[in-house]
Amino acid sequence: MNDFWIKISLSLQTFKTHRLRSFLTALGIIIGVSTVIAILSLIEGLNRSVAEQIQSIGSDLVFLTKHPMVMAGPQNIEEIASRPDLTPDDAVAISELPSVEVAIPEISQQITKIKYKDKEIASVRLIGSNDDFSQVNNRFVESGRDFSRDDINHRRNLSIVGSYVAKNLFPEESPVGKELNVRGHRLKIIGVFKEKGAFLGQSMDNMIVIPYTFFEKIFPRRGESIFERAFFGYSVDIKPKQGQVEKVIDGVRELMRRRHGLSFDKKDDFELGTQQMLMEIYQNITRVGFIAIVAIAAISLVVGGIGIMNIMLVSVAERTREIGIRKAVGASNQNILTQFLVESVFLALIGGIIGILFGLILAWLISVVSPLKASVSFWMILLGFGFSAAVGIFFGIYPARRAAGLNPIEALRYE
Amino acid sequence: MKKSEVVCRGLDICKTYWRGKVAVEALRGVSIQIKTNDYVSIMGASGSGKSTLIHILSCLDTPTSGEYYLEDKLVSSYTDLELAKVRNTFFGFVFQSFSLLPRLTALDNVALPLIYASTRKQERIRKAISILEKTGLGDRMNHRPNEMSGGECQRVAIARALINDPKVIFADEPTGNLDSKTGAEIMDIFDQLVDEGNTVVMVTHDASVASHARRIIKLKDGVIENE
Repeated sequence: MNDFWIKISLSLQTFKTHRLRSFLTALGIIIGVSTVIAILSLIEGLNRSVAEQIQSIGSDLVFLTKHPMVMAGPQNIEEIASRPDLTPDDAVAISELPSVEVAIPEISQQITKIKYKDKEIASVRLIGSNDDFSQVNNRFVESGRDFSRDDINHRRNLSIVGSYVAKNLFPEESPVGKELNVRGHRLKIIGVFKEKGAFLGQSMDNMIVIPYTFFEKIFPRRGESIFERAFFGYSVDIKPKQGQVEKVIDGVRELMRRRHGLSFDKKDDFELGTQQMLMEIYQNITRVGFIAIVAIAAISLVVGGIGIMNIMLVSVAERTREIGIRKAVGASNQNILTQFLVESVFLALIGGIIGILFGLILAWLISVVSPLKASVSFWMILLGFGFSAAVGIFFGIYPARRAAGLNPIEALRYE
Repeated sequence: MKKSEVVCRGLDICKTYWRGKVAVEALRGVSIQIKTNDYVSIMGASGSGKSTLIHILSCLDTPTSGEYYLEDKLVSSYTDLELAKVRNTFFGFVFQSFSLLPRLTALDNVALPLIYASTRKQERIRKAISILEKTGLGDRMNHRPNEMSGGECQRVAIARALINDPKVIFADEPTGNLDSKTGAEIMDIFDQLVDEGNTVVMVTHDASVASHARRIIKLKDGVIENE
C-alpha cells in the first residue's frame, strides 16, 4: 500500500513538472469521455421519454391490424392486400371475450387543408371510431360531450376535435357547436379532447374523431390499389381486463382464426401487437444507430489513447537515465513497468474524471437549450471510468514494457 | 576482522559488444575473485575493459561467455527478478557522475533502494537519516542534487549504496568528477568503510586513488595484465 502511494506521488510529480503537456495529453481522453457520456445520457433520455410516451397512449393496449405495425424486413404486400379486411363486427365479437374490457374499431385517414373561416390547418388525422374511443385511448373530453351509442348507430355527422385543432382553428372561441367542412361533408363539433402532448415528436392532438359509420360515408371503400387494400382499413384497439394481456392475445387470435375460417395449417392473416412490442420495435430500429453513434464517439477515446501512448514514449525516452539508475539500485522490470503504467493509467483516469464531469455538464446544457432530455445513469459513470482506465492500460503497456526492458548499462549511458 | 570468504568469483569472463556491425571485445577471458573485506582497485587505460568488468561483477551487465558466481551460485541462472534483488541488496554501486534522481531530495534518493526492497516508510526514513548523518550530510537531507556540491552528491550516492548493507560496494571512477581535495575526502570514506569490514571494488585510472586499495588489478585490452 505504501509503495502504491509512493508510485502515485512519483507520477504526480511528473505531471507537476509537465503541467501543460499532461493537460494536453489528458485532453484527448477528456473530449472522448465527455462526448460518450453526453451522447449516452441523451440516448438514455430519449429512450426514457419514448417509453413514457408509449405508456401514455393507454395502458397495455392490444392492437389487431391487417398489416404489421412496422414493415420491418421483407414483407409481401400482395399477401397482406389479399387478407380479409377487419370490420367493426370483429370489434364487437372481440368485446365479448371474457378477458376483454372493451374493443373498438378504428379507421383513419390523413386529410390535408382543413379550414374554419380564415384559419387553416395543413394536415390533420381524421379517425373513425365509436363511443368507447376515449375510454380505450385514455382520452378525456374536456369541453362539450362524448359520443353516444346513438350517434354511432345513426351515422351522425358529429366530431370531437383534438386540442391542437381547437387551438389552431378556434383560437378565441369555443369550437363546440361550430361546423367543419371535410370533403364536402359538414361536421358538427360536439367536444374537445384534453391535450395529450407529443409522441416521437408528433403532436397527438392534431386529430378529429368522428363516428366510424360517418367515416364510411366520407371515405367509401374503394380498394383499387394494392397499397390501399393492404394499409387502408379498420384495425381494432383492444383494452384487456387488468393483467390479462396474454389471455387477450390468445383469445383474439383464436377468435379471428375462427372468424376467418383458417385451418390449423394456415398462418394468421392478421397481426396482433402490444405496446411492449411497440417499445421493442422502437428499440430494434434505434439500437444499431445508437451503437454507431457511441462507436464514433469512442473513436475520439482511441485518439486520446494514442496521445497518451505518444507522451509516454517521450517520457520513457526522456527518463532513460532515471530508469537506468532505478534499475541499478534494484528496481525490477516489474517495478519499472508498474511505475510507467501507473502514470499512464493515472493520466487517463484524471482525463476520464474531468471528461465525465464535462459530459454531464454538456448533457445538462443540451437538455436545457433543446427539447432533448438527458438522463444520467450510474453505469455511464462507471463506463467512463472503466473506459479511461482501459485506454490508460492499453496504450500505456507498450511504453511501459519498453521502459522495463531497457538494459541498465545502456540506460545509464544515455545522455 | 571477518573471516575472508569468497563473495564473487569470475571464470574466464568475455564480453563482446556490437557497435553497429563492428564487434568490440571489451573483455577477453578475465578470472577474478573478490573476498570479504577486500579493497580492490581495477586500473587501466580508457578502453581497457575496466568499466565493463565492474558492470559484470555488479550484475548490471551480463558476460557473453564465462562463468560468474555469487557465493557459489551461477549468475547466468538468475531470473531478471533475482538479478534486481542482487543489485538491490547484495551490491551497492557508486557512479562517476553520481547518478542521483534530480527531482528527489537527498533523503529520498538514499531511501530509493529501500522502496524496491519493500521496506516500510518509517523504517526507510529512519535508515536513510542515520546513513546520511553518518556520511556527514545531516543538514542536506532535504536538498535536491542541483542544490548540492559534487562532493555532497557523491556522499549521497555512497549513502544510497550503503543503505541495504551490501556485501560488496562497487565504485566506478568515484572521484572522476571531483576536484582533488574533495576526491581525497571521498577516498577517506571508502577507507573507513573498509576499516569497518566492508568490501570495496573500484575502478580508476588514477594511481593515487588506486593506491588506497590493498589489491590493484591492472587491465589491458580486456585481459588482466598483472595483480
